[in-house]
Amino acid sequence: MAEASYPSDLLYHPEHDWARLDGDVATFGLTWHAQDALGDIVFVDPPAVGAQLSANQPYTEVESVKAVSDVFAPLSGEVIEVNQRLSDSPELINEDPYGDGWLLKVRIADASETSGLLERDAYVATLDE
Amino acid sequence: MAAGARLVPFAGWEMPVQYEGVIAEHRAVRESVGMFDVSHMGQIETNGPEALALLQRLCSNDVSRIDLGGAQYSVLCREDGGVLDDLFTYRLDPQRYLTVTNAANHEQDLAWFREHGDGFDAQIIDRAPDYAMLAVQGPLPREIVQAVANAPLPARMTVGTRIIDGVQALVAGTGYTGEDGVELLVAPEQARSVWDALRRRGARPAGLAARDTLRTEVCYHLYGNDLSTEHGPIEAGLGWCCKEETGFIGADAVRAARASTPPQQLVPFVLTGPGVARPGDRVVGGGTVTSGTFSPCLELGIGMAYLPTEHAAVGTEFTIDVRGKERSARTAKRPLYRRSDGAPRRALG
Repeated sequence: MAEASYPSDLLYHPEHDWARLDGDVATFGLTWHAQDALGDIVFVDPPAVGAQLSANQPYTEVESVKAVSDVFAPLSGEVIEVNQRLSDSPELINEDPYGDGWLLKVRIADASETSGLLERDAYVATLDE
Repeated sequence: MAAGARLVPFAGWEMPVQYEGVIAEHRAVRESVGMFDVSHMGQIETNGPEALALLQRLCSNDVSRIDLGGAQYSVLCREDGGVLDDLFTYRLDPQRYLTVTNAANHEQDLAWFREHGDGFDAQIIDRAPDYAMLAVQGPLPREIVQAVANAPLPARMTVGTRIIDGVQALVAGTGYTGEDGVELLVAPEQARSVWDALRRRGARPAGLAARDTLRTEVCYHLYGNDLSTEHGPIEAGLGWCCKEETGFIGADAVRAARASTPPQQLVPFVLTGPGVARPGDRVVGGGTVTSGTFSPCLELGIGMAYLPTEHAAVGTEFTIDVRGKERSARTAKRPLYRRSDGAPRRALG
């Protein structure tokens, strides 16, 4: 497992999810902290393309050897792509949580919702509590 | 312990749940050698002319069959057959036995031993403060431990005193993983040096999360999950360690259960699709999952569940409600995982 890292170009949700914005498309994933707390991830069951996600609501579960955890949507929107590699290689979330371990891409519904997300330093501060 | 452990509190202990990752630790035990700190386990010494008679009254198995230096698994039952704990008893001297208890039950077991020990010419001594316990498990631990031992190690299911890297240890050929290996009981202040010596020789620290996936693959019971006062040993599939003719507490209830068909049976299962069932998940149509995890060796969800006896035959398909999702499962033969070189041996519960 990689060293702890929290890239500064992402926005963070306090439930340990990240969003990378590119125009009106956002990529979602789990933070290093989330994958580390879960341990070896063995299943992900992502929503289908076309599903509507609501900010701050759980949209799927990730299952590790030890536990299962809800995954929260940082922003509202429609799923336009899911990371197909995770169905065979869910361990990508552990190995590369901000890269190959991304979960899905969403066409965001309301860009103003990003104001409710945390910058890197603010998110990292929540981990020290 | 250090070694990058993630610790969680359990029964008054700080428990090492994980070191490098549960799958890597699990594989180390199946393929080479893993080492667990299981110092939370308790120990009770029963010592004296009537030690055997007392243990025969308490433990479900036939304690008289334990040879000097031998070991035996049993359950501790209430009068109604409900299981208070599962135990491993070692015969250290002709009239001196050491019984290993589960951490969460230790104080209650000790009180039970003392309550029923009245009138027997035997001393009951709490040895939990005197021992730390390391379990070194896998295909290779005997080589590693032997290299720092003063004499050949005790064989499978036997126990003896050895000097391990300069430290006096009780060495038992037992474990809870389905692999070969030894368990070492040493004075707590000397555990660190033994741990470090075995690490230097290649034993990889493994946590209690891996211990759980390992024991579930070979269908060893975990007290508090698969065993409780709610179920008797017959339902739990532990009739093999109950010898009713010895007159142990609960023998009448066990005899009656054996003669009838219990309403439920504890059976191993595999999930036939995605997902992982967890303890407490309900079986559709009746029954409860008591152990459930992901199997690193089989790479699917596995577990054990109490099922209605009429649905418990090997190969029966059933459905588990996993947090609102219906997951397909099938009952399977125990053990769920079998070493390629033969059957796993019965071990410490």
